Amino acid sequence: MSPATAKRANLAGGAITLLTVICAVIWAFPIYWGIVSSLKPEDEVVRPYIELWPDTLTFEHYWFALTQTQIGTWYVNSIATAVGTTLLTVVTSMFAGYAISQLRFPGRTVLWWLILASFMVPTQVLIINHFVLMANMGLLNTWAGIILPQLIHPVIIIVYKQFFDQVPKDFREAAVMDNAGELAILFRIYMPMNWGVTTALSIVTFIWSWNAFLWPFLAVTKTEMMTITVGITQVWDSFGVYYARQLSAAVLAGLPVALAYLLFQRRVTQAITLSAGIKG
Amino acid sequence: MIRNVRREALVAYVLIAPFVAVYGLIFVYPTIDMFVLSFQDAPLIGPGEWVGVENYTRLPGDRRFDTAVWNTAYFVLLTVVPGMLVALGIALSISRLSGRLQSLVMALFFLPYILPVSVVYRIWDWTLNFQFGIAMHVFDMIGLDRVPIFKITTWFIPAVAFVTIWWTCGFSVLLFLAGMRAIPGEIYEAAALDNTSRWRMFRHITWPLLWPVTALVLTIQLILQLKIFDQVYLFSQGGRPNDNLVMVYYIFQRAFMNDQGGRAAAIAVVLFVMVIAISVLNFQLMRFSDRRE
Repeated sequence: MSPATAKRANLAGGAITLLTVICAVIWAFPIYWGIVSSLKPEDEVVRPYIELWPDTLTFEHYWFALTQTQIGTWYVNSIATAVGTTLLTVVTSMFAGYAISQLRFPGRTVLWWLILASFMVPTQVLIINHFVLMANMGLLNTWAGIILPQLIHPVIIIVYKQFFDQVPKDFREAAVMDNAGELAILFRIYMPMNWGVTTALSIVTFIWSWNAFLWPFLAVTKTEMMTITVGITQVWDSFGVYYARQLSAAVLAGLPVALAYLLFQRRVTQAITLSAGIKG
Repeated sequence: MIRNVRREALVAYVLIAPFVAVYGLIFVYPTIDMFVLSFQDAPLIGPGEWVGVENYTRLPGDRRFDTAVWNTAYFVLLTVVPGMLVALGIALSISRLSGRLQSLVMALFFLPYILPVSVVYRIWDWTLNFQFGIAMHVFDMIGLDRVPIFKITTWFIPAVAFVTIWWTCGFSVLLFLAGMRAIPGEIYEAAALDNTSRWRMFRHITWPLLWPVTALVLTIQLILQLKIFDQVYLFSQGGRPNDNLVMVYYIFQRAFMNDQGGRAAAIAVVLFVMVIAISVLNFQLMRFSDRRE
């Protein structure tokens, strides 16, 4: 390349980079706009022109949401159900993935097919039957009732199986020679090798269950049992038509997952590419 | 090496027991129950009379069912391919960047995917607010009339599709980026030596090598968007839900608002069959294209 064309290519590259950054900023702008609006006094929120930064910065809407509504209770419900769903999903999937990957037992193929089949079934079609089942078991309006139907995550098992499949056979054979039990092999050899995967899968399962809407929305009718994602859309009286209050509640609802993502960015993206079966 | 077959099987059963119990209870049993219920004239909870295929034969003449099917199809049309193209465009621009700038731009595009639907709903309800929404300033600037977007039937599905692409696109971007990283750099270097233009590189290298990822993105999106409910439900509040029905919304309406479990189950079975058919068809297509290569 001659210096002139190289310079032109650099310039064009710089322009494209700038354009990309501008697009990204516009893309995320509604999120910024929501946050900024929640920090403005109510009369400033409804001014008929654009103000990118509040004249008076205020946290009164957050204070209102935290003290005058049941958002605290919803937080507790969300944390309990999301952590419960994550732990149960990851642990049962890890065990099942290990058994299917490393152990030979009658029914193994059938089980594997069942998992692959559940991958295709849209759980949304099962809402009626889940509701009836939970009602019959007396679990509506309980944490268990919110958690149970959310435990269908075949992806997690599939990822675990793939990871356990990749562990070299020598490790296992050496351990068996030493008379190590199966559980010891799982806990001492296979799991420590896969901590990274376990963390990644746990974070995305947590995000998915924190964000779940349809099922928690059906399983709960009592205000004090709602998760935060359902609560902020279902309860109007405590917020009224105050836009800033509603936005501050929304910010509070999105905060934990946004933080989880910003802290564990690499793990989150890893888990998502893994779950789609792509080696990044 | 001799395997202790019986002990191994025993350990395996202990390990899979919790999983099997959960799946039996919340996957296998409800699936069977759904089919059984769809042949009954039953309320949501409680026994019903066996009516054969009546719940199914009533569907074709049902106006709300037609609305639900058409809206679902329309929504899928507006989200799947356009969403894929947007994601591909974003992924291509991100892949050019490097270091801190790349992770920053990636984070900006990806952040919406992390948010709960109710937060996405609040943000866009505010952004597109008829009186105070910042988008209306943009409307004013271009000279469009302000419209209460989510209250007007013609605008509703396109607007929800737009918000959905904004919300879920980050997921597809990630898959595309992972796919691009898997393409060996030497191919581009060789092409660069031949003075190949950017467009030709994309057309003859990136696009064909990305095809498996594209197919994956399209499948995931297709299946995901067929099951749409949350956004439609939330944006319909205070509007005219009956015009905005989609399949899952209609299941919800029949079961939980009209107390007709049997008729709702029949709609659920129809959606179930649609999703399975698409999955199987797609699996066959992928296998076919694999074999051709």
